This record gives sequence, C-alpha cells and structure tokens, in this order.
Amino acid sequence: MSFQPIKFYQTGTFTVGNRLLNPENRSVQSHQDRSNAINSGHRACQGCGEALGARYALDAAMEATGSQLIAANATGCLEVFTTPYPESSWQLPWMHSLFGNAAAVATGIAAALKAKGRNGVRVVAQGGDGGTTDIGFACLSGMFERNDDVLYICYDNEAYMNTGVQRSSATPPAARTTTTMPVGLSPGNVFGQGKFVPAIAMAHEIPYVATATVADLHDLEAKVKRAMEFRGARYIHIFVPCPLGWGTASHDTIRIARLAHETGMFPVFEAEHGELISSLPIRRQLPVEEYLKPQKRFAHLFGAKPNLEVIARIQARADRNIQKYGLLQTEVA
Amino acid sequence: MLKQIEGSHAVAEAIALCRPEVVCAYPISPQTHIVEALGEMVKSGELTPCEFINVESEFAAMSVAIGASATGARAYTATASQGLLYMVEAVYNASGLGLPIVMTVANRAIGAPINIWNDHSDSLSQRDSGWMQLFAETNQEALDLHIQAFKLAEELSLPVMVCMDGFILTHAYEQVDMPTQRQVDDYLPPYEPRQVLDPREPVSIGAMVGPEAFMEVRYLAHAKQMQALERIPQLAAEFKQVFGRDSGGLTHTYRGEDAETIIIAMGSVLGTIKDTIDEMRADGHKIGVLGITSYRPFPLAQVRAALHNAKRVVVLEKSLAVGIGGILSTDVRMALSGIHLHGYTVVAGLGGRAITRKSLHKLFREAEQDALPALTFLDLDWEVVNKQLTRERVMRRSGPAAENMLRDIGTVASKIA
Amino acid sequence: MDKPFAITLDLGSSLANHTGSWRTSKPVYLDRLPPCNAGCPAGENIQGWLFHAESGDYEQAWRVLTVDNPFPAIMGRVCYHPCESVCNRGKLDSAVGINSVERFLGDEAIKRGWKFDAPAASSGKKVLVVGAGPSGLSAAYHLARSGHSVEIHEAGPLTGGMMRFGIPKYRLPRDVLDAEVQRILNLGVMLKLNTKVANIEDSMRAGNFDAAFLAVGAHIGKRAFIPAGDAARIVDAVSVLRSMEGEDKPMLGRRVVVYGGGNTAIDVARTAKRLGATETIIVYRRTREKMPAHDSEVEEALQEGIMIKWLSTIKQAEEGSLTVEKMKLDDKGFPQPTGEFESIAADSLVLALGQDVDLSLLQGVSGLEIKDGTVQVGSNMMTGHKGIFAGGDMVPSERTVTAGVGHGKKAARHIDSWLLGTTYQSAAKHEPVSFDMLNPWYYTGAPKTMSPMLDVIRRQTSFDEVQGGLDESNALFEARRCLSCGNCFECDNCYGVCPDSAVIKLGPGKRFKFNYDYCKGCGMCVSECPCGAIKMIPEDI
Repeated sequence: MSFQPIKFYQTGTFTVGNRLLNPENRSVQSHQDRSNAINSGHRACQGCGEALGARYALDAAMEATGSQLIAANATGCLEVFTTPYPESSWQLPWMHSLFGNAAAVATGIAAALKAKGRNGVRVVAQGGDGGTTDIGFACLSGMFERNDDVLYICYDNEAYMNTGVQRSSATPPAARTTTTMPVGLSPGNVFGQGKFVPAIAMAHEIPYVATATVADLHDLEAKVKRAMEFRGARYIHIFVPCPLGWGTASHDTIRIARLAHETGMFPVFEAEHGELISSLPIRRQLPVEEYLKPQKRFAHLFGAKPNLEVIARIQARADRNIQKYGLLQTEVA
Repeated sequence: MLKQIEGSHAVAEAIALCRPEVVCAYPISPQTHIVEALGEMVKSGELTPCEFINVESEFAAMSVAIGASATGARAYTATASQGLLYMVEAVYNASGLGLPIVMTVANRAIGAPINIWNDHSDSLSQRDSGWMQLFAETNQEALDLHIQAFKLAEELSLPVMVCMDGFILTHAYEQVDMPTQRQVDDYLPPYEPRQVLDPREPVSIGAMVGPEAFMEVRYLAHAKQMQALERIPQLAAEFKQVFGRDSGGLTHTYRGEDAETIIIAMGSVLGTIKDTIDEMRADGHKIGVLGITSYRPFPLAQVRAALHNAKRVVVLEKSLAVGIGGILSTDVRMALSGIHLHGYTVVAGLGGRAITRKSLHKLFREAEQDALPALTFLDLDWEVVNKQLTRERVMRRSGPAAENMLRDIGTVASKIA
Repeated sequence: MDKPFAITLDLGSSLANHTGSWRTSKPVYLDRLPPCNAGCPAGENIQGWLFHAESGDYEQAWRVLTVDNPFPAIMGRVCYHPCESVCNRGKLDSAVGINSVERFLGDEAIKRGWKFDAPAASSGKKVLVVGAGPSGLSAAYHLARSGHSVEIHEAGPLTGGMMRFGIPKYRLPRDVLDAEVQRILNLGVMLKLNTKVANIEDSMRAGNFDAAFLAVGAHIGKRAFIPAGDAARIVDAVSVLRSMEGEDKPMLGRRVVVYGGGNTAIDVARTAKRLGATETIIVYRRTREKMPAHDSEVEEALQEGIMIKWLSTIKQAEEGSLTVEKMKLDDKGFPQPTGEFESIAADSLVLALGQDVDLSLLQGVSGLEIKDGTVQVGSNMMTGHKGIFAGGDMVPSERTVTAGVGHGKKAARHIDSWLLGTTYQSAAKHEPVSFDMLNPWYYTGAPKTMSPMLDVIRRQTSFDEVQGGLDESNALFEARRCLSCGNCFECDNCYGVCPDSAVIKLGPGKRFKFNYDYCKGCGMCVSECPCGAIKMIPEDI
C-alpha cells in the first residue's frame, strides 16, 4: 500500500492557519507577529477587499524579505485610506507620488538601491486597476520591458472607486458604474475585447506573472513568496471585491472573490517568462449567475425579466477562461 | 582644464563629476546629447556607481527620479519643451515632496506649431511649479551652475532646473574650463537626504494633506526658496573659492554704473546684448545690462537695487504670456513697486528667431528716446501678420494660420539664419 | 529623522483613529451546540473530545470523553451512534465515524492502562446502586468521582447487565466489557454480586445509605399467546441470550424462527446462526421501513444469510412447523390480517417481543408511580419516593445501552446535589449550530484514495468480532474530518480575514478576541468562520 500522509481534512489547506500545522506551513496571516503592513485605524470602507488584499500581499512580501521592503503606491483608495495627514497605517517605508507613475517611482527606488549596493532591499509597487490598467499603463509596460527589479501588485476592483465608481478598462461587460449606467439599449458597460493586464504582462515575457484573489490566501501568499524569489520585473494581479462599488454586503467580500474563481469569471494562474505554468483549479464549478446575482452592479440583468442573452455572453466569457487556463483540472490527492 | 567642447558634452562631464547615482533619459531635442554622453559614461564604467535608465517617457523620467531621490540617491534628468510639459504632473510632485532632483532644461519653444528651436516658453511655464530655475549665459556657466545646483537643491531639499538655451548653447562648441573631480568633491559633499525610504527607519512619504495643513506646506516651499535667495550668492562665493571664477549668483550687472537705461534679459542672448551695449557705450550712451541668473527664486531686491537709479528699463524676453505680454516683465514690475521709471517689454527670439545686434541697436535707441510702445515684438513681420488677419476677417474658412504664413513668406530657412 | 511637515508621516500612526465608532453591529465569539453533542443520549461532548483526538492527544481525548461516559470501548461497539446520523459532515460527504474513533480511544485506554483520576475528597455520603448494568455502573462511576461512597448490589453472578446478557459476544467481546467495568470498580466502588435486593427500603436501612439509584433493567421476556402443540419448542430471546453466557448453550435446532422486529430479534437470530442453525428466519408483522431494529444490524444479519419474512404473524406453533398468516398494511400503516396462511418448518420458535421489568423490589415503597410496567421518574430521575432514583430500562426510555449510560450520569448529578441539599442545575444549553451557519468551503474533501480503504476497515469482519477497529492513522483521519461545528478550533480565519486587523490572536489554546476600538462591524469574520463560532449582534447605540 502506498504511503498516505495524514492531512488536516478538518481544515484542509484553506483556512488561514491551523493549530495542528507546523508554524512554517501556516499562512503568514496566521502568525501572531505578522507585520500588519497596514495596521488598524485606516479609513477603508467596511469589508474592503483592497485593504485585505494589500495586507495579505505586503505581509507576505515582508516575511519573504525579512522586512527589507520599500513600497511605491499609486493614487487611489489604498493611498487615501492609509495616509490621510496626520496618520499613516503603513508599517514599511512607503511612498505615494502620483496616480500614473507607481511603476516608474518603483523603478527609481530600485535603481537607487542598486546604485547604493543595497541589493537586499526589495521594491514593490502597487495600485488599483485604474492606476495600473489605464493611467499607469505606460509606466508599467516600461518597467516590464526594462525588467526592472520591481514587483508590481495590482489590486483590481474593476472600476475607479476612489472617485466614485467610474468605469475603468478593467470593468467587466454589463457592469453598472456611474459612467456606464444601466440605461438605454445596452445597459451597463459595453462588451469589449477586454484588457487583461496579466496576459499583457505575460506578453512582455517578464520573469513572473500571477493572478490571485483574496479568497485563497494560501495561493496568494505562495505567489508573493514565489515572486520574491525572482529578480527583475514581476506582476501580481489580485482580485479584490469592493462592497461599495459592486453593491455587495460587506461580509461577502471573500465569498464574492471565491465565486469569481469558482465560476471562471476570474482565472487564477501563474506564468514564468511568458509561459503559463499552473492554474488554480475550480473546486466546485458554479454558473455565473451565482457570482452576478449578489452584486447590485449586475442587478439589471435579473429581476422580473432576466436578460438571458447577456448572462449567456458572460457565461461564455467564463467558459473561455476555464478552457484557456485549464481551470477544471481534477483535484490531485 | 581647458577644453574645446560641445555645450551638451561639457554639461554631461560636469554632471558626471557630481557623481549622480541615477540618471533617467528620454530623448528630446535639444537636450539629447547630454544624456547620450552620460549613458556612454555609465555603460563604459567611467561613471560608477550610477544607474542609467532608458525610460519610456518624460513623465516616467521624472517619476524614476522621484523614486530614486526619495531613496536617497542623487538623481538627474534632462528635458525640453514638450517633454517638460509631458512630465509636468511629476515636476510639481517632485518639488511638493521636497526632492532635490537636478534637471537640465535645454530651453525650446512649445508647440503648436511644433518648433524645435530656442526660446524660454518651456521652463517659464513651470514658473510656479516650486522648482528653482537657474539660467546659464554661457556654456561655462551652464557647466558651473549644474555643480552649484546639486549643492543648492540638496541643502534645501528642493529641485532645481538648470536652463540653457537649446542649440545656442547645447550644440555650440566653445572653450570651457572643466573642473577636476577633486575640485567638485571638495565643493559638493555626498547627498545627505532630509528624508529617505529605508527599512531601517521607515516613514510614509506623500500623505494626503487636507485644508488643515495644505497652506502651511505650500508656505514652507516658499520659505525654502526665500532661503535660497540668501544661499545662492553664498554658493557662488564658495564656488569661486574652489574653482577660481565667478559663476552663478542671483543677477549680474554689466556696465550699470551710471546707466539711465537698463536692459534685463536671461540666458545666452545676454552675450549679444553686452556686445551691443559695448558699442553704444563707446558712442556715449548711458546704458547697461542686468542679467538674471536665478529666475526662481526671483531676486526682487537685487533687481530693485539695480534699477534704482535708472530712468528706464527694457525687459527683453524670449517668452510670451499670450494675452498680456511679458512673463519676465511681470516679475520685474513687482520689483519696481514705488519706483517711477519707464518700463518696456520686448518679446524677442520666439521659436529660435535670431536676435541681431542691428535690431538691438535700433531697439535700444528707441527706448532711450522713450519711443517704444509698452510691448514690442522684435522683428515681427507685420506684412505677413496683417495679411493673415485680413484673410481671417474676410473669409470663414481661412485655413491654418501657420501654413498660410509660411506660404506667404516663401521659404522657411531664409528667415532663420 | 527630521521629517518634512505633513507630507511625511510616522509609521502606523493611524492607531490614533478609532474606527470602531463606525460600527452598527458587532461580532461576538460563542460556542454553539454541535448536532453530535445534542444527539448523544449519553450527553458526550463529542466535538470536545474529537478536538483532542485531532491533535493525536488520545489520552486527553479519552479523559474528556469519560467525563460523561466511562465506556468508550463498549460504546464504540454497541452504540447505534445517533450522533453520526445528525453529523453536519454528512451533508458534505459522509458523517464523521465518531463511533469508530470512540472505540479506538476506548481500546487505546485499555491497551495503555489509562486510569481515571482519583475521586474528589470524600463527601461522607453513601449511595446504593441496584443493578450492575450500563445505567447502574454509569451512576456508580459518576457518584464515585464526585466523592461519594458507592455500593452496587447485583442480583446476578456477573456485572454488565444487558451488555453481557443481551448483547452477543460477537458484538461486544467480554474482555472489553470486563476491562471497562473493572476500571470503575478501581475507583473504590464496592460490588456485591448475587445480591438481590428484595426490598429497597430494607436494604437502604440495613446499609445506612443516604440515597439509592435503581437500575435493575428489563429482563423478563414478553410472551405472546400463540396456540401451540405440546411438543412445540418456544423460548424467549432474553433467556436465549442470557444462557449464552453460561455453560449450557441453548438447544434451538437446525431451523430457528425468531418472532419480532427489534434489535433483540436480530441479535438472537444471529446468535442462532452462530450456534449452528442452517436456516434462521425472522418473522415480523410489518415492513422493513417500520422495523425498529437498526438498519446496520439488519444489513449485517441479511449478509450473514438470515432470512426475514415481512408482513407476517405466527398463528400457531406445532412440533417442527409454524403457521404464518400474511398481513397487509392499512391506510394508517397498521398490519391487518389477510386470511392467507402458510406453513414454515421450524425446530424452535424464539420470541423477541420485548421485555418487562421485575418491580418486586419496590413493593411497599411509598409514593411510587408505576405505569405500563415501568417506574415513573421526574426530570431529576427521582422516583416519587425521596432519595430513591431510578433509570435505565426500568424507567420509560428507548432502552439502549447509551441511553442507560446517560440516565446513570444524569441521576448521579442529581443525587450528588440532593445529597448536598441543593438542586442540580445543568448548564444552559448552547444554541444549536446548523449546517447553514458553517462555511464548508474551508474543509477539504477526503481524497478518493482514502475513502474506500477506510470503508473496508469499517466493514471488516472477523469470526470473533464483526466490526473491526481503526488503527491509529485511520482514527486520526476520522477525527480530523470533524468540522468542529459551533466551536472555535483556532483556524485563524477571523484573525486573517479582518480587513481592519481588529482581531487579536491570544495564542495557542487561548483563541481570539475582538479589538472593538477598530472593528468596523463588516461581519467578514462571521461569514468566513468555518464552524459558525461567531455571530453578529446589534451594537448598543
């Protein structure tokens, strides 16, 4: 009989920690002495996915670097809610310059560190989807192309939340924003070709690209840790639901992120040097309605007369993700 | 060491002697030769340790400099014209954060119409950006001002633009006295930042500041530039001690001793003006020159003192505040508060239009007779202008003005020389 | 560092901003009652002992278990584990094998010789326990651990009661029974065998007892009137099973018919088979769905080749044969005669129609109420006569070993209070936790390679004992399948998922607490708690 290790079926590998696991096998978030890169007292909304995602990512990066880490931050919710004068929530050297230049500022930080011979100090840049996929895109692409030693993390909540929920190039089709209202012949955001920056990052063939959600902490932390093993440009795109902008309950943030993955709406994968190397399989596939229905930004698709055609088109997008990224692998014991 | 060398290369060598740690480069004429030369020095190992970053835009250039400077590195970049405008958001940010970046602006006109030649529209558009602006008259001064600029910027934690006329200086081969590394090291200490991104002592830089403190932050920027008014002459004096020559300072008066007419200008045109003045002095005219080196901070007191005994002042500037007239003139007028003298604004040399001694002689003589209008456009081709104005009056679809006028003139090249 | 004014800020200074003031409702930790605990007739803290078993601390698990039930090795064999039928994990894949883990712990305790902690200081009170069956032994155990002096009077020659005389060896090996009984006696409980209490008041007076717990069980097999020829061999099931413990095994013949549909009917049929019957038939008047015997027992019996005649009653018994009438169910589900008869061959007929209680020891005791042949007791297990308590099969109950053990515990608690002149108040029951309060996403499914292996072990048969036990790794596996419904198992989820870092981790075994200075009341901790151990309550405003 082959050896079958005894796992923790009670908690699996999905909970934040587990009293029975060795400390090194637990998530960074479970540690009593975690960095808490963003500490209490910040002004994010109740149930903010970005506050959570940023703490997850930066705590992991700080752990991986022994806190030898500097962060550059684009303008946006994350910046505003963490550093309104006279209070800062950050626990690491952190800088905000502008909306569209976080990647370039990070390049400058990395260049300075290199010139000073301080190779042990690492650099992370972070921004929301607007600061990454729109206004900051040129700087991001430049940083990728030069292969600067920067990990760029995008916290994607699929619209400009800081300015009051306007559409960004990461806003999904049919979603309501204040600039894509659910009125007229095709309510909500248009069906475009999409601008999926992780794929664009892969096209730069940078050492490491990954996507993650706040619903799978272990996966997210593993990716941050992996990213810190590389030198050069790295990109992690983290899906962070926004209760305010999406019209979801504040306690549902993680559930919605989970549903985004389980429906195939948001593919979770990693790539090295432009090649896809793994995908996070869907454990229990669900139809996209399960993801759409709890969100008010898609409410116009349901109600008395559901817009079946649009729902079908959204399902088709999810199906394409599932196929393209191989999200329905069977779970390996 | 004396060298016959292109202005851009002279500046590049001086920058290298200042031991910059991060240089960001994005091509735009006419500053490109400077960063090209620096790039080669970094790649060859001559300039080390230094990171040379080929960025994807001027916006990124300034942003990379911001990141580098905030991390305690001596950061440098260069730009001009459209490039400066493209980085404006970051320009304001660098000064707002108090980062002592030094940037060469190879002054060039701003389009449209697109024009690559010299005037001062670009850096003067950044008048209120919070950067200090030092204008070089010669290549030697351009070289020297860069060395002083790093010291000034770092002492005060404010960025400095060293402005040199595009092509006229950047591309001119002149003899310069190139300092030694030792001299520069004696003059310019290593950069000791006031704040730095460092895990050993983490801080959060770039907070959001509301009405409760914003005014104070802005006032402090102003106060620093006021301190610079004191430091700039001192730095020039210290420079003279180490390098043995006069360079920098706030203003330079030339033959102003008993002058009734004072000409004020910035940059390389001062050379032509001085030549003209010399000739006029030989003819017995009581005329002198006030060259402004420090445009920001603006030396109100020095300007006022220089003009105190004059009867008239002519501000000859390579810039135009459309809708009012002069830009430099406006600042000069602030210095004149309470002094009664005739003031004339002359807009000259826009987009590289040559400023000739012949035109200046005529201009200055008219000024001496107080026969100048308040605002003069030097050597403006009124025939062409009036033709276009008529055209626009009589027909709706008058077409593009610039192209119309080029057609009216005939060739372009003939008017530039 | 001399920091530039306003644009540069000190680390972590936002702690000055107490965002807790935003809150309109707040999370609180609580322990909820898991369905297994709620469903256990013996009142075991199943989730509690599984918690320790998960970490491999079997001794601690056994100690927590035996706070409520001194017989894990026996329970692990004979309990019909109602806990498993209500286990929330059953809604995910299949219920946790609580019973097998319990048995593993019991066997491990016997193997390792674990002993109960010494009783508390002596109370100076004396309690008489009548009957050494599950209920009496359980009461004796709990009373002894509370520091009372306990004496058991057992009419029979051996301890165990129905555990010995009602349950066949193949289900409960006697060495296991003896070991667990002995461990109770080792607490200092005095046992008097072959001591029939003829009159309880006399015995109490004679022994100077302060209280008594009666648990004599129900041993008298019910007879039904069946017209029978002189030579027909008719016996009752209890007698058959009891005689299995003696020297003379019962003679039932090759063809045995058992009449009845309870667990005893199954036990006796399987016993007959083991005694050499070639043909064993159970005759039951209703259908399988209506049969009171536990499904697993029926299944095992069928697997062993026992036949069951459904919807049939026995009308007459003759030597070598029986007359059976076919029945049919009416609209209300009651069997009605059809008038169709058939004859089946039988060397003997065993009646398994239930048991009656021998109430002779209660003659003359004042205040008692007897109804339907059982003694009525109050919610404190006391009879109408002060100081005399009763439990087990002699009071109205479902008549299982587990229920009997539960009675013993409950009675012991009340006797203890009664002796001290107080009234026992059981701790308020936690609110129950239902499946929809859990977040099952966090639990991994048992991998496919593991489940069949486990199934085989669970069903393994041997000559002596039908059910095999788990080995350690399997027991650990099963224990770790527990969802810990309603009780924090320190998974760190609340600590991790709080966007405001407003959960304080207190360290191993100490759980967590909320930092209400910063908690904004988003409720994410509640949604993401796997086991439903946090709830939101409205904030006092």
